[in-house]
Amino acid sequence: MKPLLEIRDLETRFYTQDGEVKAVNGVSYTMDAGEILGVVGESGCGKSVHALSMMQLIPDPPGKITNGEVWLDGRDLLRLDENQMQKVRGREIAMIFQDPMTSLNPVYTVGFQISEAIMLHTDMTKNEARDRAGELLELVGIPGAIERLDDYPHQFSGGMRQRAMIAMGLSCEPKLLIADEPTTALDVTIQAQIIDLVKKLQSELGMAIMWITHDLGVVAELAQIINVMYAGSIIERGSVHSIYKETKHPYTIGLLGSLPRLDDAPGTELTSIPGLPPDLLALPEGCPFAARCGYRIDKCFVEKPKLVKVNGKDHSVACWRWEEISGLT
Amino acid sequence: MNNVDRILVKVRNLKKYFPETGGLILRSANDVKAVDDVSFDIYEQETLGLVGETGCGKTTVGRTMLHLYQPTAGRIFFNDVDLSALGERELRNIRRKMQMIFQDPYASLDPRMTIGSIVRAPLDVHTDQSRKEKRDRVQDLLDMVGLNPDFVNRYPHEFSGGQRQRIGIARALALNPDFVVCDEPISSLDVSIQAQVVNLLEELQKRLGLTYLFIAHDLSMVRHISNRMAVMYLGKIVELADRDEIFLNSLHPYTQALMSAVPVPDPDLAESKERIILDGDIPNPSNPPQGCNFNTRCPIAKEICFQDEPLYKEVKEKHWVACHLVE
Repeated sequence: MKPLLEIRDLETRFYTQDGEVKAVNGVSYTMDAGEILGVVGESGCGKSVHALSMMQLIPDPPGKITNGEVWLDGRDLLRLDENQMQKVRGREIAMIFQDPMTSLNPVYTVGFQISEAIMLHTDMTKNEARDRAGELLELVGIPGAIERLDDYPHQFSGGMRQRAMIAMGLSCEPKLLIADEPTTALDVTIQAQIIDLVKKLQSELGMAIMWITHDLGVVAELAQIINVMYAGSIIERGSVHSIYKETKHPYTIGLLGSLPRLDDAPGTELTSIPGLPPDLLALPEGCPFAARCGYRIDKCFVEKPKLVKVNGKDHSVACWRWEEISGLT
Repeated sequence: MNNVDRILVKVRNLKKYFPETGGLILRSANDVKAVDDVSFDIYEQETLGLVGETGCGKTTVGRTMLHLYQPTAGRIFFNDVDLSALGERELRNIRRKMQMIFQDPYASLDPRMTIGSIVRAPLDVHTDQSRKEKRDRVQDLLDMVGLNPDFVNRYPHEFSGGQRQRIGIARALALNPDFVVCDEPISSLDVSIQAQVVNLLEELQKRLGLTYLFIAHDLSMVRHISNRMAVMYLGKIVELADRDEIFLNSLHPYTQALMSAVPVPDPDLAESKERIILDGDIPNPSNPPQGCNFNTRCPIAKEICFQDEPLYKEVKEKHWVACHLVE
């Protein structure tokens, strides 16, 4: 089966007063139709920028996609002009963002904003689009959906706004929904509602989902495949099970170790990762994690490891010493 | 840890209402009952975790305990001294022993002060140490929180979030406090940095015999650091118990839902875990529901829950709950 999406060697730079920020440094992977992919990493690891680059949503200047291809349905999205790209955005790939308050326009009703998106991409009339918007709000579980079409965003709670954003994202039945930290601004009980909703919608509608987050807990229960990113590169990728249970990369091991577990005994110390992520303005040669890594050797500072398959399985890691390390842990 | 079981801080029927004004002539509307009748004890050298969702009043509890907000009603005892009975000067004296670490390490450090003068500020205000004594103390403090003491002349913008939080910790410890309110000290930090700061707080607690009130919304981190935990909802404590008791035998339906909603970084556990998904949103604190304030979302609410407010009572030894349906 052909993959839904194929990204090859994506590279994004920002040219700022202080110099060149190497935000995304050669990201390649594929996504199948209906797949739920989790993209995990800390602030500044390039997880959002790589998704925005795919959609050609990087402000230029200062940003620039300096290399790469993004294939969707036999077309390289990075070669499309703005007109063609607008037909892709929303219709084939939709995106929802972290902060539902700033991504909805405060001076238009929620119903207007959803039907606007529908009318832009289909030939529905105003009334048909409004009915469709009502159906969508109902689909995402907003009580009294039809009446609430005339509400303004400030009349919705945070959880409801995110539901409205999801409704908007789904309005044209995209093949891929990119969700960029959609639950980070929400409380845990509301987050649980949204995750539950997304799971349900995915099994009903079958679209692929890319879920970008810093929370290793959220994707453990949602995603099938995980990409772990660090300083603009994917450093480990595999099925959920292999990432959490057969962790190979020292950074992923450290990240999982720095989370408190519900079964650890009182007084156990968290295994924190020393130091800080590298400055993207002055990215070192070699492996970006080397300076913080407990397993580093001289080679790590010289040559950047490529993502290689682990035992021929659907699990890859970018580390010179993964074989030795997996023997140790 | 707390082998003595001596009560260091005692909170009794604490209330903090914020007046909400509306309309053209600022007539006073409903008060926002940010903290509404909260009582608990904190033992010497323990960590009490205080959890709850946005707007539940957990930060207000912390600030009111240090009298940074004047309580609307209720009393706070520190070492058996009633803070509300103290004059300003006495209050300032006792505050040396009660300090706070703030959530936002960007907003809580003055960008125009060097970190040396930030950490020294409490010493300037509260002690008459000589310049050299203060300089030595600042160096010790920076060293203690894992920062290079040579950094004293640098400014906050030169530091990362995690390092700034260390500066905030050094400042809070400058006067050798007994009690520290940690108000979401790690929420704005990245995962790998969170663990560094939590480990530091734990190490300092052991070394200096500190007592913490640790306020957070990240339940797994609170469970990690706390001896006991209190859960707040809409200005009230709904449950308080030892941390394992709270996690394994929680009695209040809100606590149960909250625990089940915590994402677990383990795909097998996540799959086997039973989730309680609450309906609806948190009600507006200026207009809380009648009866038990959780009744709008409670999956097991009965008639009585809509009529009477439940009492906060000790149902088992050291396990307090406010729910009609818990015997």
